This record gives sequence, C-alpha cells and structure tokens, in this order.
Amino acid sequence: MPQVALTVNGKKVTVDVEGRTLLVELLREKLGLTGTHVGCDTSQCGACVIHLDGASVKSCTMLALQAAGRSVTTIEGLAKSDGTLHPMQEMFREHHALQCGFCTPGMVMSAIDLVQSHPEGLSEQQIRHGLEGNLCRCTGYHNIVKAIAAAWPLMHGKTMPAAAE
Amino acid sequence: MAFEGIGASVRRTEDQRFLSGRGNYTDDINRPGQLYAIIRRSDRPHARIVSIDTKAAAEMPGVVAVYTGTDLQADNVGGLPCGWLIKNKDGTPMAEPPHPVLAVGKVRHVGDPLAVVIAETRQQAKDAAEKLAIEWQDLPSISSTQDAIAPGAALVHDDVEGNVCYDWHLGDKEAVDAAFAKAARVVRLDLTNSRLIPNAMEPRAAIGDFDRATGEHTLFTTSQNPHVIRLLMGAFVLHIPESHLRVVAPDVGGGFGSKIYHYAEEAIVTWAAGKLGRPVKWTAERTESFISDAHGRDHVTTAEMAIDKDGNYLALRVKTLANMGAYLSTFATSIPTYLYATLLAGVYKTPAIYAEVKAVFTNTVPVDAYRGAGRPEAAYLLERLTDVIAHDTGLDRVALRRQNLIPANAFPYQTPVALQYDSGNYQATLESALKAADWNGFPARRAAAAAKGKLRGIGISTYIEACGIAPSAVAGALGARAGLYEAANIRVHPTGSVSVFTGSHSHGQGHETTFAQLVADQLGIPFNQVEIVHGDTEKIPFGMGTYGSRSLAVGGSAMVKAMDKIIAKGKRIAAHLMEASVADIEFKNGSFSVAGTDKSKSFGEIALTAYVPHNYPIDELEPGLEENAFYDPKNFTFPAGCMVAEVEIDRDTGVPSVVSFVAVDDVGRLINPMIVEGQVHGGVAQGIGQALLESATYDVSGQIVTGSFMDYTMPRSDNLPSFKTGNEVTLCTHNPLGVKGCGELGTIGSPPAIVNAVIDALSEYDVRHIDMPLSPQKIWSIVAAGPKRKAAE
Ligand code: FES
Ligand code: FES
Repeated sequence: MPQVALTVNGKKVTVDVEGRTLLVELLREKLGLTGTHVGCDTSQCGACVIHLDGASVKSCTMLALQAAGRSVTTIEGLAKSDGTLHPMQEMFREHHALQCGFCTPGMVMSAIDLVQSHPEGLSEQQIRHGLEGNLCRCTGYHNIVKAIAAAWPLMHGKTMPAAAE
Repeated sequence: MAFEGIGASVRRTEDQRFLSGRGNYTDDINRPGQLYAIIRRSDRPHARIVSIDTKAAAEMPGVVAVYTGTDLQADNVGGLPCGWLIKNKDGTPMAEPPHPVLAVGKVRHVGDPLAVVIAETRQQAKDAAEKLAIEWQDLPSISSTQDAIAPGAALVHDDVEGNVCYDWHLGDKEAVDAAFAKAARVVRLDLTNSRLIPNAMEPRAAIGDFDRATGEHTLFTTSQNPHVIRLLMGAFVLHIPESHLRVVAPDVGGGFGSKIYHYAEEAIVTWAAGKLGRPVKWTAERTESFISDAHGRDHVTTAEMAIDKDGNYLALRVKTLANMGAYLSTFATSIPTYLYATLLAGVYKTPAIYAEVKAVFTNTVPVDAYRGAGRPEAAYLLERLTDVIAHDTGLDRVALRRQNLIPANAFPYQTPVALQYDSGNYQATLESALKAADWNGFPARRAAAAAKGKLRGIGISTYIEACGIAPSAVAGALGARAGLYEAANIRVHPTGSVSVFTGSHSHGQGHETTFAQLVADQLGIPFNQVEIVHGDTEKIPFGMGTYGSRSLAVGGSAMVKAMDKIIAKGKRIAAHLMEASVADIEFKNGSFSVAGTDKSKSFGEIALTAYVPHNYPIDELEPGLEENAFYDPKNFTFPAGCMVAEVEIDRDTGVPSVVSFVAVDDVGRLINPMIVEGQVHGGVAQGIGQALLESATYDVSGQIVTGSFMDYTMPRSDNLPSFKTGNEVTLCTHNPLGVKGCGELGTIGSPPAIVNAVIDALSEYDVRHIDMPLSPQKIWSIVAAGPKRKAAE
C-alpha cells in the first residue's frame, strides 16, 4: 500500500493509503479528524473544505496522495492551543451563524480564505458570491454573511473599507 | 453576570464543540471491529425480482455477508410500520400494503433497497455490491400523482385497487354546497404543491452494535426521535424488548422531518450486527439520500372559494390528490389529512369548509413530513387563492385579507375544520409586516426598478401553523398509533447543579441553550449550572422526540411540570429546616423563604440537604431531589403571522431575485429571540427554495431527474436576500410557558409570499397562476410572449 507524508494541523504524519483514498477519508478515517464532514458525492456542498497550504480546498475532490508534502489545516487546527477560538469561529458563535453545525467547519474554512483573500474589503454581495460553494440548509445564510462581515475587521486589524459593490 | 433567563439571546452552548470540529455526528462514531454495509438499491421504478445471485458478491475480498429480503423474511423480520391509520369516507380502514425492509418479489421505486453487502471496508462492500447479479422483469410504472388514478393505471401494490391508499374527507359538505348555491361568485384555482427533498446536510447514517455477553443491541442513528425508533423497530420489525435495545442519536446534522421516520437501514444494521456479532455501519452517500430519504409535499389540488359581492368568504371547497410514494412512511398518512385539511381555515373566518383528500401510491420515493408538513400546502392554497380572487374580482388583495381575518376578540375560535385556535392577533402581524415592508412605498420602488429595465413585484401572505400535535386521546381517536406527550426528568445534584433529561432532541435548534435558559430561569440558578441530556434511550425516561415545532411547547412544558415537583419537594425540605409550615414557604429567584420573615435557604442548600439528610423530615419524605414528568398538551399551539416579499425579474433572462423579505410572526413567548430568528431565517430560505428553485422531478419512465445537488437546486447564499423579522406576541393559553413554536413557520408563510410577488411583477402580462418552482424558464416564456391586454371583466 502506498504511503503519504504530509503536515496536518502543524504535525507531520505518514499514513498508508490506497491509491483511491480521498483526502477527506484520510482525515476522517485514518487520522480521526472528524470535524471535516462529507455532505455530498458530487463536490457541491463544501462541508469538506479544508486549507491546503493556506488556501481553501474541497477535500473530497482530492486524492490523499495528491497532498504529499503539503500542509493541511482542518477545523480542529484553527483554535490556539489554549483553546482561544479563531476570530471567524468567534463571530460565527456571536452572530448565531450555525444551527446543526454540519456545514459549519467547511463554512468557516471557506470564510477565512474569503476574508484573507480580500484585504480590500468585502460587500454583502461579494460574501454571498464567495460562499457559492458551501451549502447550508439550516441558517438561510443571513447570519453567516453577518458573521463574515464582522470577522473581517478582526482578521485584518482595521475597520472594513466601504467596498465597491 | 449578563441576564441569561427567559427572553435573553444567550449565545449557544453547543457552538463551542460544533465550531471546533468536536461535534459528534453518527458517521463520526466508529466501533471496534466494525464492518461496513452497502445497500444495493433498485435502479428500476417498478420490476419483478426474478432472481438475485449473491454468489459472486459473496466471494469478493473482505465480504462477510450478503443478505436479501428473503433472508430477513426467513428470520422473521417484520415490515416497517405506519404510525397513523386513516379511515375512508365510508369508515373502512386505509390500504396499508406491506413495507418490507428489503424488497421481496417486487421493487417499487428507484432506490428501493433489495440487498445488503457487508464487508471489512466500505470500499470492499461497494465493490462487491456491484457483483450482485439481479434478473428483473420490468413492469409499467406510475411516476406522477395524477397518473396513479388514471383508468387502467399500473398497480404499485397488486392488491391495492386503483392505487388508492385512502379517500378521506373533513367538514360539512351540505353547508358548503348551500353556500356555493347562493354565492355571488365562485373563484376556482387548480394548483400543485411541488415535491421536495429535505436534504439535511448530514446524510443519514446508522451503526448497529451487539453485545454478545448481555445480548443487548445498540443502534446509533441520525434520528430526531430515538425513542420512537426503539419502539417501532423493537416492537414491529426486530422483536427486541426495550430492555435489550438502546437507540442513541448523537449530534444530528439537520433533519427538517426527514429524520423522524424509522428507515430500513436502521433495522438492517441492527439485525446484521446481531447475526454477525460485530458492529455494522452504514452511511448514505448523497445520491442515495435523494432516493431513500422521505420526500415532502406533492399535492395536486382544486380549490374553490364562494364569496359574496363584497369579497367576504362564504365557503371553501378543496379536492386534493396526495402522493404517498411507493410505501407508507411512518407518519405519511397523517400529513395530507390532520395536518393539512384541518388548517384550511387559515387565519380567515370562512364559515364553511369541505375538503376531500385522496392519497395514492406511485412508483416514487415515499413522501412524509418535511418542515411544515401539510401546513405549507394549506397556506399556499389559501394565499394563492386569495390573490387569485383579488385578480379575478379586482378587489384589493390586502383589503381582502383584512376583511376576512378572524378578529382579535374572537378567541378561542372554533374553525369549521375541527381545530380550536386558543389565541392570536392576525391584524397585528399583518399591519406590522405591511409597515416593516413599506407596502405603501412600493409604487416608487417599482418605478425605480422599471427605469433599470426590471419588473418588480410585491407579495403578501398570512399563515397559521398548528404545532405540538395533541392531545393524545384526540389524536388516538383520529387514528394516531402513538402518544403525543413529552417526558422530562430533572435531576438536581447535591451541589445544586442540574441535569435535565429530555425526550425532545435537537437537530440544530439549540436545545442545549434554550432548555438550559428555561430551567435556570425557573429554578433561579446560573445558566451554566444546567446540563441538557438528550438523544439516548438509556439515559432519558421516554420521549417522542422533535418534530412539528413541539420541543418547547411540549418538551419544555414537561420540564416545567417536573420543576414544579422539584420546587414542591424543596418547599417541604425548607419548611423542615426553617421550622415553618409548608404553606408559608415561598420560592423565588432560587431561594426558599418563610413568608413575612427574613429566613431563607438557597436552592443549593436545599439540594445538599436532600442528599445529606441529617436534619431532614425522613419519616415523610424520601431523600434525593429528582423528578419525572410527562406532559400531554390540551391542544395544539397556533403560531401565526404575515410575510411580505419583493422580487425583481430580469426581463431578458426571466431570473427572479428576492430583493426584500419581511416576516412578522407570533410565536408566543420567546425564550431565546436569537434562536427564534435563526429558525425563521432557515425556514424562509427553504420556502424561497420551494417557490423559486427546488423540485423533485421524475421523468415518465420513473427515473428521478433531480438526483443530485447538480440537478436539485438547493438555495445558495447568493439566491437569498437578508431577511427582516419581527414579532407580535399573544401567549398560548394552555401551556405553562405561553409558548407556541417557531420551527416551521418560515416554510409555511414564505412560498405564497414569493409566488404572489412574482405574479405581481408580471401583472402587465396578466398571469393568474404559475406552479412552483417559478423557474427563469417559466417566467421568461411569459415575458417573451409579450403583454396581454386584460380581458374585459
Ligand atoms: S463533501 Fe460535498 S463538496 Fe466535498
Ligand atoms: S448549520 Fe446546519 S447545514 Fe448549516
């Protein structure tokens, strides 16, 4: 069986996988990181989003072997070691941006990438478009959009400029 | 300390674990030595199973067992039961054909399970399942609701004549006929209520486990009501006594009704784990969810309203054909009857109503309750009909609603369709929604949109919901095969902290927060001293679970009852300690005091005394402080409200976008307004989904066309606006908290508001009605055909 070596949440791991094992299966089944979820089999729900070298990726669309030598961050790796939540996690809680919690890990990972990649600011429409790849059946997205807008200043350390519509 | 009692928007306790990836959903659980099950399902809508050759599959690497329907039958496994018996007009019972766990003889819909392959790994089971050799004989199939009753239609169940499950009615036919005979006008509308797929984001999963030493079975499952599953599966399917069957539903990732029912896979893994002596896990892939989770809605209806010359409603006549799918799911039969026809008064004082409902079998996935269940179908009918009456008569649609509303001083109000509304103020929610939506300012917004080349429309709908279906005795007389109470156990620990064991179960509603607020408030203890325990039949005394927006109204009331017992016992302990009479003890803000004195004991001191009974009335009172209660409601609760939507349509593409949405609801007392608002948002989003995007569609050959997220259009963030919500409060008069429920109102009120808005946007084209979903294609073809001149009335 082939082996894959990668970094997950800052720790180096080496795991035996089948050629067809998906990255999400490696995370959930081999490493017990069940915070990353599987909500579909057609790459459409975003429940499985993780960060690969800092960028958000659907971990159900990648083979585990393709992650060789790369650095993966999952929802479990976001909070500080003392338990302090990432500002995005904090704002999701503050703004009631989750109900059943199933879409939440993927949503949070996508949202962080969205905010990081928009240092110029984000309008409501941009946030809504930016979340196109993540389905939530519970919240109607209203509070998720609010939480992301609220996390932007915390992550960038300044107030959000009035973004271009 | 911030106020954390009733009425505070306390941030949720459960979020800490969900946000850090420590939620514990069924598929996150793995048992030592676990095997994996893959279900082989029918890809035919209707066929005779000539033979299933399991040999090649059984010989595949890692395969431990292959079972078919005949194996289960030989082992005396029963069929999946239906929980509500409906009687026909003539008093005879409905047709209730068998619903085998794995198909025997025939398959009846695409997705019908017919064999299970169990292997060491999921992949091995999957590979082997493909090796099952099945010989079929295809049969003609029925894929649409109307086709089921066509003359000469194929029979889904050989012995169910005409595919009719039941032919039922409600209301006073003679009174309705008489009113129609003297009406100034009758307005008729034919409409469908589209078939939907609930699509909770967490796919269903189940793990069966068996303890060879004790003979105990455990089922971990994605369920809204673990006790109901234990009851149905234990008593009817697998014949395991309650003492030997534990059902655990850990964190549940959404349900919306679809996780109420007892599904075949739960029985399969429980049974197979017992046979094999090893845990067996099954997790649905999404494609499988589309063809095995119960669907919702699917009505074809003709509605007629008799009105006088001023537009006052005189009588309503409704004829509905309701699709049950291929088999009867657990509560399927009650939806188009007692949760639909009974709601046909809506918020209106229509004096006479008569409804006929025919439920039919088709070669489609079984249909059951989906968020709202029956009530959205009733609201949609009434609110579309009201707009069509306005269209046909030229009367103003808001005035028409105002004049027909049940007046605020008419409560309790007896409807002509069995229900008695206890409280409400429909004028208040209507006026408040119109104001929040700036209804009167709409013409200016329409003009501004027109200047941009867009068609803008505004729509309104009122709604009523009946929650917390009850009382048990009445429901039983109407055919319910279960009780409709809820149970709670309150365990006060020696230190004064409290564990609450509730039969309600959260699948996203935030019970760990709302219930803790309720208990902390009533016992006068800090919020963080209260722990909520749910979802495990071994821990909870009993329960009926969470559906029909009942958890607070019924489950919360059970907690209040149990707390009353705790406080009563606490008073006796306090009286002893303070040498006063029990009648003189008052309990307030967490302390027991002697009336008119400054003597008092804290809740914590009483708790400690109960467990360290040194100075204690031991001859009269048992030590300990723990109480059970069952609460059986006296009536439904009746949340109601009004929603206003605005849409803009792109003339070139026909794409509608919702540009504003207002919901003003009366849900009774609010425990956590933040959570209530979230429930409204989520429900409205699903309702907008039904109105504009979603539809479970079968082609004529019986194949499902919308079988994945690629074809079934789930609402995404950029399909939706931000929502404006508001509340008006009238208290429920018959439960101790005055609460009504809020889980489903969004899907009930929003579809007609949206459809009414789109039709309004198309007013220059004189469209009377369009069936949901209002796809760009449907809208575009109306716009492309060009404006019609209104026919002279
Ligand atoms: S699991 Fe749905 S996109 Fe990956
Ligand atoms: S919170 Fe349930 S799917 Fe998003």
